[in-house]
Amino acid sequence: MQMPEPDGEILARRNDLITALRKIVPGEGVIADDAGMRVYESDGLPAYRQIPMAVVLPNTVDQISAILRLCDEWGIKIVPRGAGTSLSGGALPLADGIILGLGKFNQVLEIDYANRAVRVQPGVTNLGISQAVDGEGFYYAPDPSSQIACSIGGNVAENAGGVHCLKYGVTTNNLLGLEMVLLSGEVIRLGGKHLDSGGYDLLGLLTGSEGLLGVITEVTVRILKKPETARAVLIGFPSSEAAGSCVAEVIGAGIIPGGMEMMDKAAIHAAEEFCQAGYPLEAEALLIVELDGPRPEVDYLIEKVAEIAAGCGSTSLRASENEAERTAFWAGRKAAFPAIGRISPDYMCMDGTIPRNRLPEVLARMSELSEKHGLRVANVFHAGDGNLHPLILYDANAGELETAEAFGADILRLCVEVGGVLTGEHGVGVEKRDLMAEVFTEADLAQQLRVKCAFDPNGRLNPGKVFPVLHSCAELGRLEVHQGQLPFPDIPRF
Amino acid sequence: MSENLKPQDAAQVAELLTWAGAEEKTVELVGAGSKAGLGRPITTDYRLDLSALEGVTLYEPEELVLRAGAATPLGQIQAMLAQQRQQLAFEPPDLGDLYQSDQDQTIGGVLSANLAGPRRIKAGAARDHFLGVEGISGRGEAFKSGGRVVKNVTGYDLCKLMAGSFGTLAALTEVTIKVLPAPEKVRTVLLFGQDDTAAILAMSQAAGSPHEISALAHLPQAVAARSGVAYVSGAGAAVTAVRIEGPTPSAAHRTAAMRQQWGALGTVEELHGHNSATLWREIGNVAPLLPDTEAVVWKLSVTPSFGAGIMAAALVAGGEGYYDWAGGLLWLSLPSTNDGGAALVRGALSGTDAGHATLMRGPDALRERIDVFQPSAPALAALSARIKDSFDPRRVLNPGRMYGAY
Repeated sequence: MQMPEPDGEILARRNDLITALRKIVPGEGVIADDAGMRVYESDGLPAYRQIPMAVVLPNTVDQISAILRLCDEWGIKIVPRGAGTSLSGGALPLADGIILGLGKFNQVLEIDYANRAVRVQPGVTNLGISQAVDGEGFYYAPDPSSQIACSIGGNVAENAGGVHCLKYGVTTNNLLGLEMVLLSGEVIRLGGKHLDSGGYDLLGLLTGSEGLLGVITEVTVRILKKPETARAVLIGFPSSEAAGSCVAEVIGAGIIPGGMEMMDKAAIHAAEEFCQAGYPLEAEALLIVELDGPRPEVDYLIEKVAEIAAGCGSTSLRASENEAERTAFWAGRKAAFPAIGRISPDYMCMDGTIPRNRLPEVLARMSELSEKHGLRVANVFHAGDGNLHPLILYDANAGELETAEAFGADILRLCVEVGGVLTGEHGVGVEKRDLMAEVFTEADLAQQLRVKCAFDPNGRLNPGKVFPVLHSCAELGRLEVHQGQLPFPDIPRF
Repeated sequence: MSENLKPQDAAQVAELLTWAGAEEKTVELVGAGSKAGLGRPITTDYRLDLSALEGVTLYEPEELVLRAGAATPLGQIQAMLAQQRQQLAFEPPDLGDLYQSDQDQTIGGVLSANLAGPRRIKAGAARDHFLGVEGISGRGEAFKSGGRVVKNVTGYDLCKLMAGSFGTLAALTEVTIKVLPAPEKVRTVLLFGQDDTAAILAMSQAAGSPHEISALAHLPQAVAARSGVAYVSGAGAAVTAVRIEGPTPSAAHRTAAMRQQWGALGTVEELHGHNSATLWREIGNVAPLLPDTEAVVWKLSVTPSFGAGIMAAALVAGGEGYYDWAGGLLWLSLPSTNDGGAALVRGALSGTDAGHATLMRGPDALRERIDVFQPSAPALAALSARIKDSFDPRRVLNPGRMYGAY
């Protein structure tokens, strides 16, 4: 994985830069010593590390404006960073750039129950929002596994999902408003507590833009009242095909569960050893289906799901009878990553999405790939929306990182081949950057880069992420000149 | 009169737009032309009739996904979905009566205008169901974004940009949308006799309940009197309505809960099947405001709890209106004055993040004179213009449809 070559002239101005940054953010807000910056050298993808020129932790929007203006003028690259939990290297520093940390923007600004909206600073954690409104029985629906730590600003940048987004949508569907600072230092506000936009939907564009377009300084999200009840069902299947067809039939029957997760045998065993959730060890595949809503609905739907599962050849079924049991059912799934971490020195988590009905085929071919590369793989995934999280088990100390990367790339190519995409919720970052050409043509990527140019004409914000090849905005904007007659004289006219 | 061209496929659209750019010609994009009255009136050198780009190319009910040519008639899609007991959850309104058009709107038109009906508050707008797009930019270049799966963060979400861009960025050629199961049971509970302020509170209470409300609207008495549903028109009072959808036992349980909650505030009534469907169709299609064909029609998206205040301020010089989206959507019918009420309406919205107003129907001259879409702050307007230029640097596509310059 190659990052853009650091600019020697920029590196030579490091001392001046630090002095200038300290004028904007006095005191401890600028970190420039190696030990202090070590904390920021990587994110949730620790295979890649880099010490930046400096780390800046501003307190105010005015400071952010001034930092961006300064960096744009001096030609300094900026990597925005929330909690640093990105699984795709989105917050990986650049050697000739600064890290702009939003950690000090950690206040809940307004809770508005009448309009079911919460306005927060971007450094507030995902779970922090739900906790702030828990007393009144509300919550914020998207729930990525890292929700204890990940920041809402980062959730917006990555369009984070989670277990419950099958029914309640991902970040973009739950976002009402943003305030952001442009590279020019200008502050713009998008949305508010109302719905949709009067002009272009920049709120939608910004969501999932991975820190390449602007710096988010405020977020307004919608909150929901918690369902009256929620029950989870554990269903064991003799094959992943059987589990896959159960998923299709549940949805085909018009049921959209709160969550519908699948684990393969390797993941079931790792999770069960780790936290004794009571998973069926003889099963080849396990489905966890959560139904939520009023009690009569939940009971009715559990019966329907059980019928469908039996028709698909399920070998075991347990429905949670109380909240403690429901939590226990989920504990194994939520601990799947650390559980895998216990049985392997290192693991790499992939994030492709596929059309659900291609699942058996994809799993079979993934086993073949596992043999080809000589590395084990365990699968947990958001079965309801076809979002796979294959965990590739490897040992970096045994020199297996490159093999694991190649295996991961093969899995993602497979996802694309069957009609899916490279990433469902973790982002492209640096990790999947070089695979973008598997999905997009040069023209597709050029159009996306032109959109970036509208925000960042000099390529200062998070370069080296998402896009494999960087062109100058002037080059991208060039127009071909054709002269001549209207083509297609045979086109119908009237 | 501009010359009409009818490309037969995406490749011809690309070639035409490349040529138009090089020749500095302007082009109006037309699907079915059912919403010609929405947006600023424009004059272009050519009119590109995209109606040949039609037909459903993929529909997999279990996968909840459908792909179609952008000019596929919405009615055709809805009929296919109904056969599988599925639907477009964002409940696209039919504004044919508002624009006095008998053309069946296209899926591309619905997405380009980002329309959504009463279920917006639960299910999202057209934008939230727009999974993938193929289009031809104003540069004449084919591009795609998104895909056929819901969970997808691979690259920028250009579908969101296309939604609500009124053909000013690209000619959509093929679109992929998310579809959802139709509810097993639908019930509507009516609450009578609330004034606007009380109704907003009642709706806020319902929206903040765990009953997964799928629609909330309030019709003042004069507006309610025009409903085709006798329980509504015959009430002799303002009518506030809540819709509950879901599996049968659940809908029954939640309907009972809503009857109890609203029963404490006043008299309640319940609508089933046909009546319930009629009422929500009327609300989504702006039917109650249509009899006055001379009136100017506005749509305001606002912070719900400000709804009643904004309505009162906008109506000081006459007119009438009603509320959808739990008070967050105001439909207004105003006298056809010199500015069509723009100063009053936009004045009522002043204040940070209060919302946005769109002139949905008015004479051509009026739509030329005033801002049809909400004007943005300068930095945002400049950014939006740069985005326009990133797709359409020569301003070939629908120039002036949204704002004067683009």
